[in-house]
Amino acid sequence: MSADALPVTGTSGFSRWANTHRKWLFASPAMAFVVVLIIFPVAWTLYLSLTDAEGSVRSEKEFVGAQNYLDVLADTARFWPAVWRTVQFTGVVLIVEVVLGMAIALLLWRPFRGEKWVRVAILMPLVATPVAVGMMWRLIFDPNIGIANQVLGWFGIPEQPWLAGPNSALWTTMLIDIWQWTPMVVLILLAGLTSLSDEPQEAALIDGASGWQRFRYITLPLMKSTIIVAVLLRGIDALKTFDILYATKGKGGGSYHEVETLNVYAYGLSFDYNEYGTSSTVLILFFLIIIGSMWALTSRRKADY
Amino acid sequence: MLRRTAIGSTLALAAALSLSACGGGGDDEGTGSKTIQVTLANHVWTENIKAALPEFEKATGLKVELTQLGEDQLSDQYNVKLNAGTSDLDVMMYRPLQEGKLFGKNGYLSDITEDTKGASDWNWSDFQSGPVEATTYDKKVVGVPLITETEVLYYRKDLLAKAGYTAPPKTLDELKEAAAKVQAANPGVAGFVARTGKTAAVTQFSGFLYSFGGKWADDSGKAAVNSAEAKQAYAYYGGLIHDHGPKNVSTDMSWPEAMAIFTQGQAAFYTEASSLYKNATDPAKSKVAETVGFAPFPEGPAGSKPYNVPSWALGINEASENKANAWKFIEWATSKEQTLANQKAGVPGARTSVANDADATSTYPKDLVEAAKAGAENGVGFDRPQVVKVPEARELVGQPIVDAITGKDSAAAADKAAEAFQALLDDENK
Repeated sequence: MSADALPVTGTSGFSRWANTHRKWLFASPAMAFVVVLIIFPVAWTLYLSLTDAEGSVRSEKEFVGAQNYLDVLADTARFWPAVWRTVQFTGVVLIVEVVLGMAIALLLWRPFRGEKWVRVAILMPLVATPVAVGMMWRLIFDPNIGIANQVLGWFGIPEQPWLAGPNSALWTTMLIDIWQWTPMVVLILLAGLTSLSDEPQEAALIDGASGWQRFRYITLPLMKSTIIVAVLLRGIDALKTFDILYATKGKGGGSYHEVETLNVYAYGLSFDYNEYGTSSTVLILFFLIIIGSMWALTSRRKADY
Repeated sequence: MLRRTAIGSTLALAAALSLSACGGGGDDEGTGSKTIQVTLANHVWTENIKAALPEFEKATGLKVELTQLGEDQLSDQYNVKLNAGTSDLDVMMYRPLQEGKLFGKNGYLSDITEDTKGASDWNWSDFQSGPVEATTYDKKVVGVPLITETEVLYYRKDLLAKAGYTAPPKTLDELKEAAAKVQAANPGVAGFVARTGKTAAVTQFSGFLYSFGGKWADDSGKAAVNSAEAKQAYAYYGGLIHDHGPKNVSTDMSWPEAMAIFTQGQAAFYTEASSLYKNATDPAKSKVAETVGFAPFPEGPAGSKPYNVPSWALGINEASENKANAWKFIEWATSKEQTLANQKAGVPGARTSVANDADATSTYPKDLVEAAKAGAENGVGFDRPQVVKVPEARELVGQPIVDAITGKDSAAAADKAAEAFQALLDDENK
């Protein structure tokens, strides 16, 4: 340790200490950041989840052990439907966004005229604020005065309830999410595509491989790690979606909880019901689900390389 | 020793760095700071008081730092700040019927009984007793009622005339009949519109519930939303929207959405809070400003029983370090002078002297004054279940409304709602 310490110029105890403990000194801001903003909140949530905290977090609370977990896991009215909606929402938007994103990225890959304009246009939804996006689509999908139903009318298709329908609301929010976030997937995949070397493609072309074959056996395998990154980033984000759902359907995800995912449910529990114990339990379970799916994705990735 | 200070100061520095990123600041307050932190809701009242603020600041030498938020954001903000025990919140505009019991139970609101009694010029006894009851918790005064409102019937004179009516309906039966006839006489226009969102609709449904003779809970504190009267009320309110409401009606509407349908000229009848009338009569906001009329809430089997409630009040944060100045603000904002000015600008207050002042309502549509007066006379002092967990209770008792709107079995839903509401009541009375 003292071998790589620089010669001490000052005589103050602090510089001497700092010099010999440089690794702690330099890492401390980051460590403090992690402790204050990650470890403490998670630990506090975990603690609350084991208590019957409600009304105010500062009021007296009793330690109830795993009771909240048992209650939540047995709740088939709100919790499990919310889990299912979260999974459904994430699964559908993820698949559509990656497939659609891949298709758009492939189209944008080769240079063409007006390329810049097309790229900018495609990336537009990404820079819009989700709440503003939610408001905008809420107007578009309004069952009575919205433009969506008018457009359908031109093609003789009957009016749809869109966000107002108990069965169509979740699908409509997925549509909005896909509209907004596919560009991000395009961006990531396009970055991956441009970094690929041309040689394997040319070799395959000479061997007479068709376009599909080149995509299936060359581009796709080479793109695997990029795709996993896109899936990982987008997947975590999709699991946690809140803004679009809240802006379009409000608290509780609509009168029938049509779009109530775990995040919306936990929000309602703490901000509407003031049931901090139950809310923390849902959040911890949600946290475990996210960690679990991340782990599943990344561990497969390690096995591949 | 040295080592410990070094670690300490490094950590403190790091913590300061990471915390400063959160923004905020606000470290300029001590005891009796000259700056009062006031949080108000988006409301016509707030706009009026904002315009008058310089007057207050000049007279007292105090500075008012105003935060203005929408209802939901306001609730969330209070939740976060009061839970954390913040002191940078002095005066709070809150909803006595929504949050009053919760805030009282949590000890968030400062006891201002002495202040209200001490101010003789300001005259606490001038405030109506119903609203005062709503801002009293555990025999202590914790808030000063600001705005009162009652439920009235908004209607379109021109559409009614087209269907052959010369006067608005007086009973709920007549309303139903008129909604059907007006709808038939005016294609493309809905006969009736009102809030449809599960929690948002509860307050406007309450007038129907009371007028049918129903209650949220009976006198012994048992859930009563499954009584025969309550079931009739649910079926009536939801049925009216289901049969004569807008096509493809959303079940998420609160007042802005329902009001928009009415002011866009797409509905003939609309039951809503009287305090929102400006949205319908202001030509800048409403296409039907010239043709809108107001009528007292129609009579049901139990008479015309709309709610008549204090919708907003001002209170002081218990953790505030600036309570004396906070009270000065409240005293000024709820003074007779300000109440009168607000009443003239269309916001009815809770002062008896102002309510009886003919001059105060001279700017109102005449039929609205009549309708609101009728509501104040027969009204019920609360428009939602009187519990601590109001948001949860509203979801429970609101479910049958939505089921009735979507054409489901609202009676079965009412039975289920009563059971769940009873469980909530039992839990609170434990």
